[in-house]
Amino acid sequence: MITFEDVDKVYASGEMKVHALKGVSLHIHEREFVSIMGPSGSGKSTLMNVIGCLDKPSSGIYTLDGINVGTASSKQLSQVRNQKIGFVFQNFNLLKRTSAIENVELPMLYGGRAKKERLEKAQYCLERVGLKDRMYHKPNELSGGQQQRVAIARALSNDPAIILADEPTGNLDSASSEEIMNIFRTLNDNGNTIVVVTHETDIAAYTQRIICFRDGRIETDRFNMERGVI
Amino acid sequence: MNVVELLKISLRSLTVNLMRSFLTMLGIIIGVATVIAMISIGEGTSNQVTSQIQSLGLNLITITAGTSSASTGGSGGGTLQISDSEPLTQINTVKYVAPVMQANTQVKNGANITSTSIIGTNPSYADIKSWETDIGRFFTEDEVTDKAKVVVLGSTTAENLFGKAGFDAIGSLININNIPFRVIGILQSKGSSGSMDMDDTIIAPITTVQSRFQVGNSKNAVRQILVESKSPDSIKSTIALIEYTMRQSHKLGQGEDDFKVRSQEDVLSSAESVTNTLTLFLGGIAAISLLVGGIGIMNIMLVSVTERTREIGIRKAIGAPEGTIMSQFLMESVTLAILGGVIGVLLGFGGSKFVGHLMTIQTAVSMNSVLLAVGFSGCIGIVFGVFPARKAARLDPIEALRYE
Repeated sequence: MITFEDVDKVYASGEMKVHALKGVSLHIHEREFVSIMGPSGSGKSTLMNVIGCLDKPSSGIYTLDGINVGTASSKQLSQVRNQKIGFVFQNFNLLKRTSAIENVELPMLYGGRAKKERLEKAQYCLERVGLKDRMYHKPNELSGGQQQRVAIARALSNDPAIILADEPTGNLDSASSEEIMNIFRTLNDNGNTIVVVTHETDIAAYTQRIICFRDGRIETDRFNMERGVI
Repeated sequence: MNVVELLKISLRSLTVNLMRSFLTMLGIIIGVATVIAMISIGEGTSNQVTSQIQSLGLNLITITAGTSSASTGGSGGGTLQISDSEPLTQINTVKYVAPVMQANTQVKNGANITSTSIIGTNPSYADIKSWETDIGRFFTEDEVTDKAKVVVLGSTTAENLFGKAGFDAIGSLININNIPFRVIGILQSKGSSGSMDMDDTIIAPITTVQSRFQVGNSKNAVRQILVESKSPDSIKSTIALIEYTMRQSHKLGQGEDDFKVRSQEDVLSSAESVTNTLTLFLGGIAAISLLVGGIGIMNIMLVSVTERTREIGIRKAIGAPEGTIMSQFLMESVTLAILGGVIGVLLGFGGSKFVGHLMTIQTAVSMNSVLLAVGFSGCIGIVFGVFPARKAARLDPIEALRYE
């Protein structure tokens, strides 16, 4: 599903060169539930941006679902983001003054799906995250946990190859965090590939595989034994 | 992503801040409204002038004193005389000849006093101007020969003197310069030409006016001589013959003319050239005000792009291509511009109706000027929207998502 082969990412800001990723090689398979951990500055956000096709590797090869992202044009990249990736952000990033269902419809709108299909699919996705009765509420009328669930529904709407969550519980209380992580777990049980970036160990504990980053390199990559027990 | 969906998104973001959207459009609104109002008033006036000129018939030829082509009035130092009209009647393509004298005077009927102009002429004047009497009759050749003290009143003057004019006006005596005149007819209403009311006049035999009023520095000087040729086709040759005859009687060589002969077509084309210049001038003002309006739109769109950086980031992250983001912002600026144009057209239309009502002219808003104004506004929206839209489309999604 996701293959990194010796991927480097270098940011040049003026004279300074920041080596954010140093020769990262990595495989994430279909149906995996992976967390990426590390202190700030470890390169996990950069990895996230590269996986999410918001950024291209400086060198090395990144393939997502068989597509070589490094050689794709910006138009192709936006198509990949639209069709293959479902983003969930720390601060939800929903469109203001736009109802939940319209937010969920948005990726399908850019994907060129018909109105009727969009509506049905958006309703179905909101149902899956348990927000059927809040469909026409606007983000400011929803709690943080509910907003994040709308964001998950939006991420699901185009049936992406992977769901990419960047600190999805960073702005939530522990009850809502648990709720969100349980939704991810259920989605994973139903066959979705999920990558979560976090610095909280109890969030990583929900996942099957934990990859730790330090100074732009993979420090550890291990299976989460405890979760297997649960 | 089709146009309707883009339009929906644009309208939504434009309605978020209605006041700002309106103020942004204001430049375009004012520009377009001004242009539409000016053009429609201009066109209304020129249509009226044209139709008045044409209603006199294209067979009409006007002879005035002086050499300047622009000169139409005055007695021109008396070079044009009553006696000049006599030889003109001998030209075989000429149908009617009417010398015209004019003086300003006060008229009294009992307690009613009004100031107006008195025209001295002969019965052919009514034929040339196709100006018939509503009540009573025009004066005759005999009355001209007899210097009869009879007058025909314009409808406005008649109203000023007699109230709502009726048959009782006919036959009654009115005082002009303390001389009693008998009213023998009231003319049909001709309406007004610009600010001039053509019905505010009195017409009397030229011989009477000549002997009773001071009209210029010479007793024999006339303001103009009106000639009607027998057919429109003979206008050119008639003009040539008139010039020849006039030179003969004034004993002038070629190029020494002390008179000017003009056909209605000349008058028409000079009126048209004035209107065209005016239209061009207004077009220039329009272009400048629309340019200013366009810069206003660009300014606000740039602010809007900065404010909505995060929204743009979200849209890009979930897969909106650059082209779609660009179309979204272009659609906003074009919507603003076209909406401004449409509101401007409506305001301009209303304004011109109002002004037309005050000035009692028929204003005409041509479909062309409306389409041009709205179309031009749309182009302004595109031209001044491209830069902000490109800026939005090219934002880096990572930076944009981080923007607070």
